[in-house]
Amino acid sequence: MYYFGLVIEYLKNYMKTRLTYRADFWVEVISDLLFQATNFIFILVIFMHTNSLGGWNQNEVVFVYGFFMVPFGVFSCFVNMWGFSERYIVKGEMDRILTRPAHNLFQIFLENIDPPALVGSFIGLIIMAISGSNLGLPFEWWTIPVLILFTLSAVAIYTGIYTALTSLSFYSDAPTGILPLMYNIQSYGRYPVTIYNRAIQVLLTWIIPFAFVGIYPAALFLQRDEMKSMALLTPVVGLVFLGIGLMAWNYGVRRYKGAGS
Amino acid sequence: MSKMLGVAASSPGGSTRRPDSGGNSRKLLLGAYFDFIRIRFLTMLAYRVNYYSGILIYTLNIGVNYFTWKAIYGDGQALGGFTAAQMTTYVAVSWMARAFYFNNLDREISTDIRDGSIAIQFIRPYNYVLVKMMQGLGEGLFRFMLFMIPGMAIAMLLFPVNLPTEPSAWIGFLVMLFFSFLINSQINVITGLLAFFVENNEGMMRMKRVVVDLFSGLIVPISLFPGWMSSVLEVLPFQAITYLPGSVFTGRVQGVGIWNVLGIQVLWFLLLLIPIVWLYHAARKRLFVQGG
Repeated sequence: MYYFGLVIEYLKNYMKTRLTYRADFWVEVISDLLFQATNFIFILVIFMHTNSLGGWNQNEVVFVYGFFMVPFGVFSCFVNMWGFSERYIVKGEMDRILTRPAHNLFQIFLENIDPPALVGSFIGLIIMAISGSNLGLPFEWWTIPVLILFTLSAVAIYTGIYTALTSLSFYSDAPTGILPLMYNIQSYGRYPVTIYNRAIQVLLTWIIPFAFVGIYPAALFLQRDEMKSMALLTPVVGLVFLGIGLMAWNYGVRRYKGAGS
Repeated sequence: MSKMLGVAASSPGGSTRRPDSGGNSRKLLLGAYFDFIRIRFLTMLAYRVNYYSGILIYTLNIGVNYFTWKAIYGDGQALGGFTAAQMTTYVAVSWMARAFYFNNLDREISTDIRDGSIAIQFIRPYNYVLVKMMQGLGEGLFRFMLFMIPGMAIAMLLFPVNLPTEPSAWIGFLVMLFFSFLINSQINVITGLLAFFVENNEGMMRMKRVVVDLFSGLIVPISLFPGWMSSVLEVLPFQAITYLPGSVFTGRVQGVGIWNVLGIQVLWFLLLLIPIVWLYHAARKRLFVQGG
């Protein structure tokens, strides 16, 4: 409850700062959407030249794309670790974080809260609704609860992966350029993984499980039985990777000694 | 070492562009500009470990795109003038070219502007933009030798990439690659300098990154876009970064066409100088430092 109150307070704060730079807010929303749009344009262009991608038609791929946007929006809103190493370790801000009463990771998430990202989630839902009705997908009693469950699991996967990667900056002081590159890779989780070769499938399923934030969970709604069991694994993978991420983080924080400036 | 690098990097033709202050120090200044290349190169070298992961991730990018295109081609007729084999080469070459030309000059410039250190840079007897370009070149040289070449070697081992054999194609490609770097850096400089006018250009920088990746033909070759869109893209500078050099290197454009491609690149290089010069002058008048 205390943590929930903090989220509200920081959101209020965010709104206050943002009202000073109103134009920024919209520029940010638009640039987020444009980032998403690249992949959308890719899908549209592909399906002008073919009518199936590894056995999936355009509406199905677009549906997966819509689903992908939902957890990604939630994740980018609440978990934002861009420039952690420069902002917190190099500048010594981490010392301040550690003196705060809230858990240090949570405190960092709070300070970087980014509500414009949620616009992407809404657009994702709209895309799902449109392509879902094109496909004539049934709307079952479990659709909404499972959608929420899968969204939370996918957010847990993202959080786990990015927290683990960010905690690397406790071990090496070099600014790691891995995060932006990861952003490229995660979008591959929204194409049918079966089109890739074995090595990339294994990588995207078990090592950096971005297939679980896109194609696998979405397959359940699309009634793709071949991926059903993978879809049901999503919450488990979410818990495992969130656990790994938190462990790596906590271990890293214990090793943290301050930049000494 | 420094001398060797200086010579290797002395190819940029325009580097004699007006030093800001007195003509008698011109010779000394040129040397100073080369030092910026060398220093950035050495700085990058200190952080080279980061780029090993970069090589892996770029290889993965090539792999994923390769298999995606393979699934799209299916039974294998040509798409947008690309055969499946050419597309493989195109994907590998484009990503590895990006490994070379990519830099964060926009972010560096806007950071300088926002934290006010630009004021000191303006006082110094050099041209700020030119210095940034030189630093970009130093980074580019590093990326070329320790990122692009090893990455290309790995990509060639893993995927059926067909590179041309005649030396003229290679020389042509290297020249075009250099222009890709120049044009991409110019776009970065413009984006960075815009921070003078909008204060917070974070969103703009992200937008630029997406636009460059998409419109340069890195993600989808421009000839695959619907007609109206590719005709729009053909009058924008972005195609000169990836699509045109990539088309030459995959052998889709040959003979006289190669000179056309080079001509387009040179044209864009010159055209993009205009907004840079204009922004730079407007910015010097407009500069006010917030706090400090």
